[in-house]
Amino acid sequence: MGQTVIEKILSRHSQNDVRPGQVIWLDLNVRSARDFGGPNVVKNFEREYGKDQVDDPSKTFFTFDLCVPACSIRYANNQQICRKFARKKGFQVFDVDQGIGSHVLIQEGLASAGTTVVGTDSHMNILGAVGSFGQGMGDVDITFAYKTGKTWFEVPETVKVLITGQMSKTASPKDLTLFILKQMGTRKGALRAIEFYGSAVKSLDLSGRITLCSMVTEMAGIIGFIPEYDKTFAEEVEELSGKAYSPLAADEDAEYSDVLTIDVSGLEPQIAAPFLPTNVHDVSELCGKKIDSGFIGSCTNGRASDFAEAARILGRYKVKEGVMLKIVPATRIVYDVLLREGILSELFKSGAIISNPGCGGCAEGHIGLTGEGEVQLSTGNRNFAGKQGKGETYLTSPAVVAASCLAGCITVPEHS
Amino acid sequence: MTETTLSGKIWVLAESGHLVEDIDTDQIFHNAFLHITDIAEMGQYALGNLKGWENFPEKAGSGDIIIAGRNFGAGSSRQQAVDCFVALGISAILAPSFGAIYFRNAVNSGFPLLRSTELDTLVLSSQMETGDRITLDFGSSEAKNLTKETSFTIETMSGVQSAIFKSGNLFGYGKTLNRE
Ligand code: SF4
Repeated sequence: MGQTVIEKILSRHSQNDVRPGQVIWLDLNVRSARDFGGPNVVKNFEREYGKDQVDDPSKTFFTFDLCVPACSIRYANNQQICRKFARKKGFQVFDVDQGIGSHVLIQEGLASAGTTVVGTDSHMNILGAVGSFGQGMGDVDITFAYKTGKTWFEVPETVKVLITGQMSKTASPKDLTLFILKQMGTRKGALRAIEFYGSAVKSLDLSGRITLCSMVTEMAGIIGFIPEYDKTFAEEVEELSGKAYSPLAADEDAEYSDVLTIDVSGLEPQIAAPFLPTNVHDVSELCGKKIDSGFIGSCTNGRASDFAEAARILGRYKVKEGVMLKIVPATRIVYDVLLREGILSELFKSGAIISNPGCGGCAEGHIGLTGEGEVQLSTGNRNFAGKQGKGETYLTSPAVVAASCLAGCITVPEHS
Repeated sequence: MTETTLSGKIWVLAESGHLVEDIDTDQIFHNAFLHITDIAEMGQYALGNLKGWENFPEKAGSGDIIIAGRNFGAGSSRQQAVDCFVALGISAILAPSFGAIYFRNAVNSGFPLLRSTELDTLVLSSQMETGDRITLDFGSSEAKNLTKETSFTIETMSGVQSAIFKSGNLFGYGKTLNRE
């Protein structure tokens, strides 16, 4: 009997012909922790394993991205605890200058197609974008992985989702993602792997794939894969990571727990209203709502093309007086591209606040929170009550954030 | 062998008669406290960002059981969202389903999360209310509401879940593997 993508990856890393429902011991190519979760891992490790070595220092990492550089003494102390531990054990830290861990692992070629990667980041399944099995885990799991190089995992079922039709020209990968999320809710993909097929997803570039795969977390799914791809995508990944792109494909006779079709014909820009990511509407329904701030960045929309799109919309105009627009590139490499292409300077001239790479406005990071009554448009992936402060967060695309920051209210960007 | 029966007073996380669904980890343990690494310090923040439940830590007693809606623990990978309940002495959480990472984290900490498909109906028909005493046997899947004198079923623990639970936590379980 044939296998789905996840069954193939898990089989290769467990010497087992895996089937859904089976619990396996999985070999891990990468085990990582962030400045969040990392210090807890150090504490667990020293309590449970004393002065023992980690299983394989060359596969063990810290990636600091949440509060970078540290915005409080407690984060500063925690990061220092991690650095000292890493030095003692002889493994690498992608420090506060590098950017969002999952993106760094892609760019370093550590999370390449077919690999298994875990970290203290619930969006680690973003790595599905490059055909890697990434999984977020808590500090107990990661401690065990540091020590043993393995983790237990229950093989999930797979849902096949066929995306049909053509979106309108104003719709971006984020709009596609939000619309799929709206259709999937938190039930249809829950606790399962998802394979997306169809021309609207096959043609996505790395940034678009990252956007879609990142929000599988909000669908309550285990991970998403986009098995079909164009040559340009393969070249993009190869150039970035320095590794050949050869993803595993599902067998023709693979078994799916469900096959769903989502028609995106004529799809217009989308927005998720507070306080659930699944609370998705057409932007046109909410047009005119006054906003106070915008945030472009996060692991979902922090790539160079996301900022280029925002810069295109902003053009020579300035963000509306009284509105603040925060820009946070996902990684140092993205920042460098934006710098060289003059995009940062264009954004700056439009009045944006530009921050160093990292998670930025997504969690309680270093670029501030929302105050009571503040309305924020964010390109992130979560708008749960209280997550980024006391205000209300709407999730949408870089283009909608940019256009709305110009107008001072929720606006559908014009297509040029 | 660790006991597989539990009994305690329940807290039903419901709003207008319905179990609240999709409660995420920021409502359970807010990201403002993620820097905390000491479990004893975590209890005071449990459910601190869930509307109407902000003072849960003061009300909850050791051995209490929480009844929640489906997809409880959606969101982040923070272990604190499990550990905060451990710190308060909560003995189990029952829900129709849990977030995947949240579920793993609890399993690895040896903290019983149990699934039951009957909860929505029981709560909706007021056959399960905050303050009731229930008893659970997750070896046999039988559960009883002692206050209402009714019974319902829960899913038994899977092989790994029960093995880890019996060893205390994932670390204890790991040690049993090395001995084999
Ligand atoms: S950007 Fe936000 S969702 Fe993404 S890894 Fe950082 S904190 Fe998590």
